[in-house]
Amino acid sequence: MQFGLTETQQTLKNTVRKFLAAECPMAEVRRLMETESVFDAALWRKMADQGWTGMIIPEQYAGFGMGMLEMAAALEEMGRALLPGPFFNTVLMAGALIENAGNESQKQKYLGAIARGEATATVAFLEESAVASPEALRMQARAAGGGYVLDGAKLFVPHAAIADFIVVIAKLDGQVALLVVPSKAAGMRISPMSSMDMTRKQYEVVFSGVQASDLLAAGDAALKALDRARAIATVGLVAEMTGGMQRLLEITVEYAKTRKQFGRPIGQFQAVQHQCADMLVWTESSRSAAYYAAYAIEEGIPEARLAVSVAKAYASDAYREVGNRAIQVHGGMGFTWENDAHLYYRRAKVSELLFGDATFHREQIAKLVIDAQPVSKPSEAAATGKAK
Amino acid sequence: MDLNLTPTELKFRDELRAWLQANVPGDWEKHRTEDEMLARFEYLRAWQKKVYQAGWAGIAWPKEYGGRGASLMQQVIFIEEMTRASAPPLANVLGLSLIGPTIIAFGTDAQKKRFLPNILSADEIWCQGFSEPNAGSDLANLRTDARLDDDHYVVNGQKVWNSYGWAADWCALLTRSDPNSTKHQGLSYLLVDMKSPGVEVRPLRQMTGESEFCELFFHDVKVPAENVLGKVGDGWNVALGTLAHERATLGAGAQIAIRRQFDRLVELSRTIQRNGHTAAQDPVLRQKMAQSYAEIEIMRLNQMRAISRINEKGVPGPEGSIQKIFWTELNQRFQQTAAEVLGPFAQLTKGDPHAIDEGQFAYSFLRTRGNTIEAGTSEIQRNIIGHFVLGLPKSY
Repeated sequence: MQFGLTETQQTLKNTVRKFLAAECPMAEVRRLMETESVFDAALWRKMADQGWTGMIIPEQYAGFGMGMLEMAAALEEMGRALLPGPFFNTVLMAGALIENAGNESQKQKYLGAIARGEATATVAFLEESAVASPEALRMQARAAGGGYVLDGAKLFVPHAAIADFIVVIAKLDGQVALLVVPSKAAGMRISPMSSMDMTRKQYEVVFSGVQASDLLAAGDAALKALDRARAIATVGLVAEMTGGMQRLLEITVEYAKTRKQFGRPIGQFQAVQHQCADMLVWTESSRSAAYYAAYAIEEGIPEARLAVSVAKAYASDAYREVGNRAIQVHGGMGFTWENDAHLYYRRAKVSELLFGDATFHREQIAKLVIDAQPVSKPSEAAATGKAK
Repeated sequence: MDLNLTPTELKFRDELRAWLQANVPGDWEKHRTEDEMLARFEYLRAWQKKVYQAGWAGIAWPKEYGGRGASLMQQVIFIEEMTRASAPPLANVLGLSLIGPTIIAFGTDAQKKRFLPNILSADEIWCQGFSEPNAGSDLANLRTDARLDDDHYVVNGQKVWNSYGWAADWCALLTRSDPNSTKHQGLSYLLVDMKSPGVEVRPLRQMTGESEFCELFFHDVKVPAENVLGKVGDGWNVALGTLAHERATLGAGAQIAIRRQFDRLVELSRTIQRNGHTAAQDPVLRQKMAQSYAEIEIMRLNQMRAISRINEKGVPGPEGSIQKIFWTELNQRFQQTAAEVLGPFAQLTKGDPHAIDEGQFAYSFLRTRGNTIEAGTSEIQRNIIGHFVLGLPKSY
């Protein structure tokens, strides 16, 4: 049994860490977050050259066809560095959705562009109701002149202003449909929303008779693709959140070792040590849950969806709590703008809300574990994994 | 990442599973709740003999001492399979998991020959005398005095929280053999015959009403000098030698046991009425049960990860403390959730005709309070993490 990253995956993780330390240190994060788009085309190019944009895209679409564990390892480092910009929504959201919904030529066109670093992309799902469910959709698509036209309004669309195309989730003849809209399409009004996390911009996008460029899927195929892409993105997000926790733990422990009160480092006081110990427990437990959910998706094991909900339910609370403790241990410094803790804390809160918070995922677990008949037996896997 | 068992592990598991299926006594449930502790213990001793004769006792021990040289993974499989099969525990649990391995590591040939076979066969039961009234978390503060007098030591002092003292034939006793020493220096690890004159055993009644633990009193107890294990004055290192390994597998049985209780609670929640519908339909209780599920599952994952790390690096690290904090605290939260699901029935204990499952949840509600104290309190575990994992300065 081998639980965790292989040597190769660990090497990849180290490479990502080194790259981000050099190319996107906190000073750069702070510079970017004050810009309008939070997007640096040169940095994007460099990341694409590293192969990150194509990491989980299959080789036939110009990607590297790596697995979820590689992706999780890389995302952990991106979360640790608080990487600003559209990587997550381009690769994990739009990319995963297109890969699971698109036909061959659509994948060639869109995935190829993402993998080569030529395009950023995003997904428009939530609306005024803020309910992440197909039933809540009001956005309408209708066939017109051999194509499709969209009308409606979307909220919380990540990095819409700089996306080269947007995957829009809409209703088409009463069915859920996934459509692609180029960002330069006429009839689209994109206005920024003022979100707590300044490293990731979100937008309101209003569509008035906007011409879609492609229909990816509709009906069951669309629902299946949504479900699968959502699981992939959620696991990616938990990995990213784990990286953020790791960084908060590191800066907090470092501060506790150097900050002196009563003539000694505050980290010598058990009241402080125990807060740090709790941060470690939450961080490591989130990491275990993230790796396992990534593994479950990759191996296609039956309880993958359960593993995803366990991971997101746990990490949603954990990242926020790690943030709480980090700020508390930093004392007055932790409450200042110049200290980095609040930047991670903001990200923690927004990540918690993305793809369902802890309450949402606990209800998913309840559906799978309590409502399912008969109750699942103590897992055959137990502590020791599964028999083949 | 690969969570599959190897063919060797699979074979080990299947062989063990088949043996347990054929040999786990069907009347254990009846004996488990028996009030007469010694009668229950004789039952467990007979069970261990059977396990021993089939070659499953002390599997982690090297082959030359009667074990199987089992890997850590196989040890965990063993604990899991025993729990899953509802097998009775082995009577000589401390002898098998702690004292035997310590004798193997530090004992003379004569000591190994004298003590090891009887540990495996349960012919001699062992207990461990470490904690004292003024040496709990601060174990190195222990005072039990061992004074050399010609060819033997004379032992005087008091031990507490001693498991199985009431059944034990022998005691692994940590003493201060140099009266002028302090802290970790000057300690010696003695092997003491519990039938020696001057040994007094008093059961300690715990908050569950049972007496799992004892107090031991030593009044001028004579212990032959050849019964020092390891070097005189090196008792601290002898005592700590195997403790870390113990913590690595510690949560394995607990994980299965808690998961089994969780599954039972889910089953019960479908019929128990709470707040105008079944507990399973109650939105708040659903949330709490789901939270417990998530935590139990992550306990399993942390466990796998810890084992995997030990396999890669060879030695268990202080990460065992993470696991101990995690499972003991989740278990307490889970018991509270269970009590909320059961409602007024949660208070009913064994013997009450209305008690659910013989009051297992009421019992666990009380018993789990001890989990965050025994085998190193949660506070001590957090100190260990703070200092040994995070590198914060020692607080004491």
